[in-house]
Amino acid sequence: MERESMEFDVVIVGAGPAGLSAACKLMQLAQEKDQELMVCVIEKGSEVGAHILSGAVLEPTAMNELFPDWKEKGAPLKTAVKGDDVYYLTNEKKGIKTPNFLVPKPMHNEGNYIVSMANVCRWLAEQAEALGVEIFPGFTASEVLFNDDGSVKGILTGDMGVAEDGSEKDGYMPGMELLAKQTIFAEGCRGHLGKQLMETFNLRDHVDPQHYGIGIKEIWSIEPEKHQEGLVVHTAGWPLDNHTEGGGFLYHMENNQVALGFIIALNYSNPHLSPFDEMQRWKLNPKISQYLEGGERIGYGARAVNKGGFQSVPKLSFPGGLLIGCDAGFLNGAKIKGNHTAMKTGMLAAETIIESIMAGDVASKELGLMDEKYKTSWVYDELHKTRNFGPALHKFGTLIGGSFAWLDQNIFAGKLPFTWHNTTPDHDTLKSANECEAPHYPKPDGKITFDKLSSVFLSSTNHEEDQPCHLKLTDPSIPIKHNLPLYDEPAQRYCPAGVYEVITDEDGQKKFQINGQNCVHCKTCDIKDPTQNITWVTPEGGGGPNYSNM
Amino acid sequence: MKILVGVKRVVDYNVRIQVKADGSGVATDGVKMSMNPFDEIAVEEALRIKEAGKADEVIAVTIGPKVCQEQLRTALAMGADRAIHVETDDDIQPLTGARILKALADKEEPKIVLLGKQAIDDDNNQTAQMLGALSHWPQATFASEVNIEGESAVVTREIDAGLEQLSVDLPAVISVDLRLNEPRYVKLPDIMKAKRKPIETITLGDLNVDAAASVKVLKTSTPAKRQAGIKVESVDELVTVLKEKGLI
Repeated sequence: MERESMEFDVVIVGAGPAGLSAACKLMQLAQEKDQELMVCVIEKGSEVGAHILSGAVLEPTAMNELFPDWKEKGAPLKTAVKGDDVYYLTNEKKGIKTPNFLVPKPMHNEGNYIVSMANVCRWLAEQAEALGVEIFPGFTASEVLFNDDGSVKGILTGDMGVAEDGSEKDGYMPGMELLAKQTIFAEGCRGHLGKQLMETFNLRDHVDPQHYGIGIKEIWSIEPEKHQEGLVVHTAGWPLDNHTEGGGFLYHMENNQVALGFIIALNYSNPHLSPFDEMQRWKLNPKISQYLEGGERIGYGARAVNKGGFQSVPKLSFPGGLLIGCDAGFLNGAKIKGNHTAMKTGMLAAETIIESIMAGDVASKELGLMDEKYKTSWVYDELHKTRNFGPALHKFGTLIGGSFAWLDQNIFAGKLPFTWHNTTPDHDTLKSANECEAPHYPKPDGKITFDKLSSVFLSSTNHEEDQPCHLKLTDPSIPIKHNLPLYDEPAQRYCPAGVYEVITDEDGQKKFQINGQNCVHCKTCDIKDPTQNITWVTPEGGGGPNYSNM
Repeated sequence: MKILVGVKRVVDYNVRIQVKADGSGVATDGVKMSMNPFDEIAVEEALRIKEAGKADEVIAVTIGPKVCQEQLRTALAMGADRAIHVETDDDIQPLTGARILKALADKEEPKIVLLGKQAIDDDNNQTAQMLGALSHWPQATFASEVNIEGESAVVTREIDAGLEQLSVDLPAVISVDLRLNEPRYVKLPDIMKAKRKPIETITLGDLNVDAAASVKVLKTSTPAKRQAGIKVESVDELVTVLKEKGLI
């Protein structure tokens, strides 16, 4: 099929902190060097910010470098962190406040800001547009386009107006080829093109598998007398057992709102575990519920995060393109932050491309300079220092692992001369259902805790109904034949949006049902399915959640 | 022949509406905004009339603060030729909107003013009718089919009892209903082209229109929460309970 095409110097996939920082830095450097540069960013969300979900406490290091005058320019970093509480929750009723000196250093937040990353991205998009970047929200990058020599030549945007059976509806619009000298992939954690590129170009050779967590987040409007703008609360312990990694956060933002959420490592072993229900019952601990009582929940969302850190960073360059941000995996698990590293790696990609252009032709070239720049950047230093934090928690559990993390970070400053590895991928960790006990989750009370469907409703998720399902099963028989008897089909529980259901039809036959229109694009299924049978692909552009200030 | 199309910026239809804590209105901070879906249908219809060779120019117009230009850009990317932005930070009610459109119609002399039948934010469904009255033009509301035949338009309207077919002399005001058409997807190159199409900005003063509101909004509140249901054992019990509640 003959497709229309457009040519740019650089195409960036994803308008998140990494992609937009890359775009801004590219234009800044191009102007400095008096170079003409055509840069476009495509974004699958219906607008910039619609698919952005993050805690978030932002460390402003990269922002200071990118826009030293961000304050004058009105960047939405308004709530400075004023207090840092860390609790160890012992059971559903109790929690112990950890004295400040016992908290591992990377978890201290002085100088950081509580932000809505969606709003930060909207602001970055304004800056990028003012610098001359073309931003196209509502368009997906559905496929990577390759030259005959195997190098990347750009991406294909998704077709619009395709019916569920694959036929063309009225108004069908075929996708376009967006061609570029260099394509930057900034899809975020577990990007579906990034995943394919890592395989095609063997970018993960000699590194540990990526490790993930699922973060489930809510925004609440709370009673003004309970609100302490700038207060940051983190919890460890209950409701998770000592062998399941994870923890909670609650940040007091502006306007009497709090952002709260729970992250669970996706290497959990009990197939009965439901991250959604763990998050709901976590809110019942008085250390959390004290703020929520009398308040109203106004937002809900979920997103996978990568937490493999230093040991899991792949090669970043390949012929015709670069991987940046969470698409590669630069989240610092010890700080529980990845926005500053995402932004910085985006800026490094921009420097790489401009310096290479100044030195000659970059079309379809592999720019190894990117990997060198990463290794000499502060991103590398901080990930290296905290490299044993995650594996320690994994090896020894929360208590002993946490103590090690304190020693490692506060006494030895990350300089201990060894590196621990975790080489089991997260989809390979489930035990069989009959070996494990099912946790007892309380029924939602409709005040503090809620069910999945009313939660998804708050994410304003919408997909055009008549379109092919964007969650592909390689072997459609696996969920019922393999996963159900062995693991009681965990997709029913790990999906935070109720996409997967096992239903019994009239003849008493079990059936695996996929409610793709509920999908909040968190990518957990693509990560955790034990046989890697589920592949997340892009739905029609503009579909998915419509987060406002997540 | 020119067609003037009204475009309003509203909270996107996918967004769950939240009322401000003080009841002064609906929260729009950080909320996704879009073109009113009925207006999108109106823009699409104007473009189809032009593409059928029955109009020469499609002009999109919006009333509101500077950010409303985003929705004009969408109309331009869909294919409108140019756009007019009546810039104001005032809250514009239907009667004021109709007066502004009347002033613009006097200036631009279009043969058709195409409007969405209502905006999904205030659901007033008044502007087209008021504009018809102010300009002494015929009006055809709730259109589900529009055919231009010489100096008149044959419009099929959706009414309670079924469909009604009208013929109106041009110039006329037409308001569009949901089933008129399916708006097109916007193409990437057209989004880029739209950035170079002209948007003329004018003020209420230029048009001699006063923004004074005739209706005052007292309070905005969320719908009352639905109460939990109960299960009854028998029809008799159901009847008793309904009687107790005074429902039958």
